Amino acid sequence: MDFVSILSIFVLACFVGYYVVWSVTPALHTPLMSVTNAISSVIIVGALIAAAAAGVPGAKWLGLVAVVLASVNIFGGFAVTARMLAMYKKKEKKG
Amino acid sequence: MHEAAAVPSWVLVAYLISGICFILALRGLSNPETARRGNRAGIIGMGIALATTLIHHMPTRDEEFVLQWHEPVHWDNLMLIGGAIVIGGTIGLVTARRIAMTAMPQLVAAFHSLVGMAAVLVAGAAYLNPDAFGIAVAGVIDPVSRVEMSLGAAIGAVTFSGSVIAFLKLNGNMSGKPILLPLRHVVNLGTLAAIVGLIGYFTTDQSPWVFVTLTALAFLVGFLLIIPIGGADMPVVVSMLNSYSGWAAAAMGFTLQNSAMIITGALVGSSGAILSYIMCRAMNRSFISVIAGGFGGDSAIAGGGAASDRPWKRGSAEDAAFLMKQAEQVIIVPGYGMAVAQAQHAVRELADQLKKEGVTVKYAIHPVAGRMPGHMNVLLAEANVPYDEVFELEDINSEFARTDIAFVIGANDVTNPAAKTDKTSPIYGMPVLDVEKAKTVLFIKRSMGGVGYAGVDNDLFYRDNTMMLLGDAKKMTEEIVKSLG
Repeated sequence: MDFVSILSIFVLACFVGYYVVWSVTPALHTPLMSVTNAISSVIIVGALIAAAAAGVPGAKWLGLVAVVLASVNIFGGFAVTARMLAMYKKKEKKG
Repeated sequence: MHEAAAVPSWVLVAYLISGICFILALRGLSNPETARRGNRAGIIGMGIALATTLIHHMPTRDEEFVLQWHEPVHWDNLMLIGGAIVIGGTIGLVTARRIAMTAMPQLVAAFHSLVGMAAVLVAGAAYLNPDAFGIAVAGVIDPVSRVEMSLGAAIGAVTFSGSVIAFLKLNGNMSGKPILLPLRHVVNLGTLAAIVGLIGYFTTDQSPWVFVTLTALAFLVGFLLIIPIGGADMPVVVSMLNSYSGWAAAAMGFTLQNSAMIITGALVGSSGAILSYIMCRAMNRSFISVIAGGFGGDSAIAGGGAASDRPWKRGSAEDAAFLMKQAEQVIIVPGYGMAVAQAQHAVRELADQLKKEGVTVKYAIHPVAGRMPGHMNVLLAEANVPYDEVFELEDINSEFARTDIAFVIGANDVTNPAAKTDKTSPIYGMPVLDVEKAKTVLFIKRSMGGVGYAGVDNDLFYRDNTMMLLGDAKKMTEEIVKSLG
């Protein structure tokens, strides 16, 4: 992909982000932060490439450490979000 | 076909799908009902991204023949990577399970710091082994990629050190008071300028010292940026760091030409930016003044003092219980004090008791109550308070005038009527909950000595219709429950 197509994806995604985030209810702002935390750890993709590549040991180890850090975030972020969201309940209908 | 690193289209499509899953994850959060589905979409998106990367890069680095498993798989690397994921995943899952809901702000800050550090490490790895990322020809890194990776490293470093300081402040390892260094604005701007200059120079000279120095300076900026910011501004800081972690991921996405990372980075970046904006608006402060820091330190001396010897009424738990039983409607206003005392379960019991007596109970939440956006909502949800009894400021503010009792639990600045009337007050203009319009205000506070984080005395304490309940929020609420029963 050339730079301009990547830039287009980025700019359009910023707009999508803008509208999607404004529609998030304020009651869920904390889960919003924890889930954005989890998804921004998609940076693990870069860490995996570095860790998997042969040749430069320094890069491999930096990549592996980054894999550990990003995994903490991915698993922890999604789990804690799920835990929080499970607590939000509607009023019980007692007739 | 291009000769250099043509990525197969199925890989591009897979990353795009994963990006869309992340958009759906955030879209789901518009409603608690759809939010759980959204979270699952996020998990699926992450799974797709991980699987795609592994399949694409693992067995062979020959992009043209991706699924051709003829090259020997590097099993040692696979084991190492698997081990790294298991270690990280276990730490993450255990933490997520054990963490107390009151400690969410610290946890989120800690998670931000990890994203930041991961970005720095990935940028470092890309610098050391650019061929693996397809951004170099014969060891010479493409200048555009140099800018992208140095931006990723710099933003990641700021996110890391800033989040560590935010974590220490939120966790109480460090005082919430702002630490003001002399000449800090000059130093900060100078360091920022140096980083920008170095990034520019990096495009002409890819020596290690340039990359290392600019990353080190960025760590320093993150540290300098957050230490002067006081406890009350933490909701803004946490949101801002959330935004930075997104931009760091986006910058690395540019380096890797990975659409999933770019989409995610843009989503997270705008999410954090919007949250910062909402928090600033809720405090009537400009983003610049929050970042400049010092709030709650200087103003404590300017705004406090004088008023504290005015007469005020003290009530007991029995008095409060008596008044509440008579009431038709009680609005509970929780604040940081409730979180500190872990009083949310006691508050819920109280609400249950009152409902049995036929009293209507509602909750009113100010956007900056607590230490992060939505903090109070999570605590109430944890205590099984149905979310349709919980209202935002603008939805409930008109109701206080028709309410018998406003029950304020450790929410000081956000209930201070001076914000509406006193032009000299540091919090003047901040939207506040009109609790003083209720027939009676019951205000739980640890002692009359302390002031809110903004360092301003609260006029509410001395009103005729206010009754102060002094004590620990949890104990006091439990005593009221006992007196009701």
